[in-house]
Amino acid sequence: MKQRTLKRSNAPIFWALFGAGGMLSALFGPMLVFITGIAVPLAVVLPADTMSYPHMLAFAQNIIGKGFIFAIIALFLWHAAHRIFHSLHDIGIHAGTGAKLLCYGLAMLGTLIAAYALLAIGF
Amino acid sequence: MNKRRPYVRPMDGWWRKNPFFVEYMVHEGTALFVAAYAAILLTGLVRLSQGEAAWNAWLSALKNPWYVGFHLLALAAIAYHTYTWFKIMPRTMPPVVVGGQRLPAWAITGSGLAVAAAASAALLGLVWGLVR
Repeated sequence: MKQRTLKRSNAPIFWALFGAGGMLSALFGPMLVFITGIAVPLAVVLPADTMSYPHMLAFAQNIIGKGFIFAIIALFLWHAAHRIFHSLHDIGIHAGTGAKLLCYGLAMLGTLIAAYALLAIGF
Repeated sequence: MNKRRPYVRPMDGWWRKNPFFVEYMVHEGTALFVAAYAAILLTGLVRLSQGEAAWNAWLSALKNPWYVGFHLLALAAIAYHTYTWFKIMPRTMPPVVVGGQRLPAWAITGSGLAVAAAASAALLGLVWGLVR
């Protein structure tokens, strides 16, 4: 009998990141968009200085705040990258390695930029 | 060059012919808003790391009506993502058996949406409490 070696797939990693980002955006996405994109710019519901520099700097320097910001940005990106990559086929683009590199590569780039910025902000 | 030109059935706009697939494309399309919103947050984070002037410039840019309009659309899209995420959940998670009975789909979807509502309220309350 011919010995067949199965190549270990990397799909579960991307699937897990997609799932984690999907869950996080489902739980907190709408309220986050409301807070950062509507309530604060229009100064409704929340105090006008909610996202002032001292507030946001303190939040980003706090270890829990840092973790939250990193998880939100990185996992949202990985979720979207995975979903967009798998939808390319549906709109008639036969995605290959190039498209995969572009989608996941952008998510990876965003993750690294977020990590760098959070480290630059300090503790 | 291959002289054979096999017939390939055109598939343009295939999803527009069936409401089920239109819904599918809309809920997959919410990912574009998730990506754009993450990009806006990432820009804000980079501006925050560059100091107070950069941060304030980013913050006042968000007051632009185009940005507010985008965020209204993103709110609708991501809220729809929340709804479909938990609507699909009974089919994406392993069966949950409670007392010998398989947990019905509506119970999974309903508790997911309830948790999302609680998480949203908690987030707003936390932000309110932190800055008050």
